[in-house]
Amino acid sequence: MNPRAPTPPPMSARRPPAPNPRKRLVLVLFVLGCVSVGLIARAIDLQVIRKQFYQDQGDARFLREVPIPVSRGTIFDRNGVPLAVSTPVVSIWANPSELMDHADQIPELAKALDVDASELSKRLKERSEREFVYLRRQMSPEAAQDVLNLGIPGVNSQREYKRYYPSGAVTAHVLGFTNIDDRGQEGLELAYDSWLAGKPGLKRVIRDAQGRTVEDVEQIRAPVPGHDLTLSIDSRIQYLAYTALMQAITKHTATSGSMVILDIASGEILAMVNVPSYNPNAIDGSEAAARRNRAVTDVVEPGSTMKTFTVAAALESGKWTPTTPLDTTPGSLTLGGHVFKDTHSHGLIDVSHMITYSSDVGAIKISQTLTAEQMWDMLHRFGFGQSTGSGFPGESTGYLPVPRKWGVLTKANISFGYGLNVTPLQLAQAYAAMANDGRIREPTFVRGADNPVNDILDPRIAHEVMQMLQTVVTPIGTAPDAAVTNYTVAGKTGTSHIATGGGYADKYFSLFAGIIPAGDPRLVGVVMIKDPGGHGGEYYGGLVAAPVFSEVMTGAMRLLDVPPDNVQRWYAGGPQTPPPAAPIGTIARSRDP
Amino acid sequence: MKAIGALAFAVLLLAVVASAIAVVWARHQGRVAFVQLTQLQNQRDALNVDYGRLELEQATWAAPGRIEQIARGQLGMVDPAPDQTELIRQ
Repeated sequence: MNPRAPTPPPMSARRPPAPNPRKRLVLVLFVLGCVSVGLIARAIDLQVIRKQFYQDQGDARFLREVPIPVSRGTIFDRNGVPLAVSTPVVSIWANPSELMDHADQIPELAKALDVDASELSKRLKERSEREFVYLRRQMSPEAAQDVLNLGIPGVNSQREYKRYYPSGAVTAHVLGFTNIDDRGQEGLELAYDSWLAGKPGLKRVIRDAQGRTVEDVEQIRAPVPGHDLTLSIDSRIQYLAYTALMQAITKHTATSGSMVILDIASGEILAMVNVPSYNPNAIDGSEAAARRNRAVTDVVEPGSTMKTFTVAAALESGKWTPTTPLDTTPGSLTLGGHVFKDTHSHGLIDVSHMITYSSDVGAIKISQTLTAEQMWDMLHRFGFGQSTGSGFPGESTGYLPVPRKWGVLTKANISFGYGLNVTPLQLAQAYAAMANDGRIREPTFVRGADNPVNDILDPRIAHEVMQMLQTVVTPIGTAPDAAVTNYTVAGKTGTSHIATGGGYADKYFSLFAGIIPAGDPRLVGVVMIKDPGGHGGEYYGGLVAAPVFSEVMTGAMRLLDVPPDNVQRWYAGGPQTPPPAAPIGTIARSRDP
Repeated sequence: MKAIGALAFAVLLLAVVASAIAVVWARHQGRVAFVQLTQLQNQRDALNVDYGRLELEQATWAAPGRIEQIARGQLGMVDPAPDQTELIRQ
């Protein structure tokens, strides 16, 4: 017999009393009632009290708000040539946790993305906590479609825009560039970023579990596309300036250079180029130094180009006229223990020929009759030491010391362009004001910008100065090479030592600021070349910078259809090329009295 | 009185049902229109893509550097010398 078999219970002696059916009914109803009340309370809680919360949570599972990308505005030159264009590209992103569930497909994915497979897995593992990781940005739409066609779960695309610059290095400095998020980082892309960028819209879409958009539901905010921008730059002149400057810098083995061309009547910048430049379509390969818009951000001691304003101050003082005699013998001058020298003695000349021959001694002698305030005031009125108002990011104001700090030496130095510094754009602005009857305008990069003039000099004085500047571009002046056939040119050369930490090095800036046609001024051009060395060691502004001006302006006059103003010679003697440049020194000496 | 009350109730009930259906209909129309808008936007974007590409292509072909190279190199063109130029007074 099985010992574990249960033993039957002993027969009970008493049966329990029969239950009261009424009590039982009450109990059951009570329990059921409690349950119903509980259910109703819960239902109210869900449907009424916390409805919004659950509704939102539910929506959040499949409704998503996604941005509608907008394209950045195109930048055109003044003739409608596109200089910066945004084209759509596709960025591929993934949800790492989803993608890691299909790790076997990663090599295939990596191949389609053209990235390293192990690198990709590592990146995904590191970011497995997140829901969004870019796999590759800015792919061409075709390549991105190939990736999406693989149908790997968790892999999605997003449309973005990439900037292309068809003119490449030629306009790189003016335009600047954008970053990977299509925001301006440098140049006009930065200055006009909010105008160009537009506002992305927002739409609500239904997404499935894979994150794919199933249906667009509604638009929450309409996208505002970026505005286009038309610049004052003329890409043809810009190209001419870039190639001419590049050639000059190669020929003279200079380190860098800039050229600015301004339209005198409007203050618009027609060209602004710098060498070295960079390819804005592939910024990564360029050096930061090559990306600087030197014409605006870098300063230079302007040298003899400042004599123009010394003379203007002299004429305004009433103490001098263009024909007032000026003795520069013996070609040197000692002041405060410092000797200032001309290349050779120009003897007894007049104020006008001080400009023609660019005599430092003459400039100092003139400055000695003027007060520091008179000279400072003239330079200040012409915009030196202040921002030009062009609005270019990183623009330098240059440096003009206040007159109470000027000693005897400072005043002498400033009279021929040392002890202050300027940007090439400031120089162009100042010469444009001189050519425009003494009325200054803020230079602008935008075509048709409202640009009022400001009277800063008696027009008669401006005319007298212009007459003197015309003598510079003659066989006896310092810049015969700046001449442009059939046009009159006014201008001034400048050659300044490059300041180094301890003093002045045996290196030079070569400058030329010119106005064409001198009879009816249309354009101002400023050429600045730093540290020319090769080609026979030439470094004078008249030999290095002036020929660039001539070459570019010859083309610019033709492109802009400017009528020749040197017709008298044309009709009298027939077309002729300008006389060959002779060594400045010998010709100048032959004119000496 | 009773009849008027019942009638008013019926009318209002119908109005409620009608407006409910109208809401659903308007909602639906909105979605249809939005889908259409999205399609048109996609079409516009595709055309913009083409336009941008053509613009870029044109700018590349018309780059001054390329034109100069062809003009001087292949076609042997030169700037006219002053004695080849005739000036006409207007």
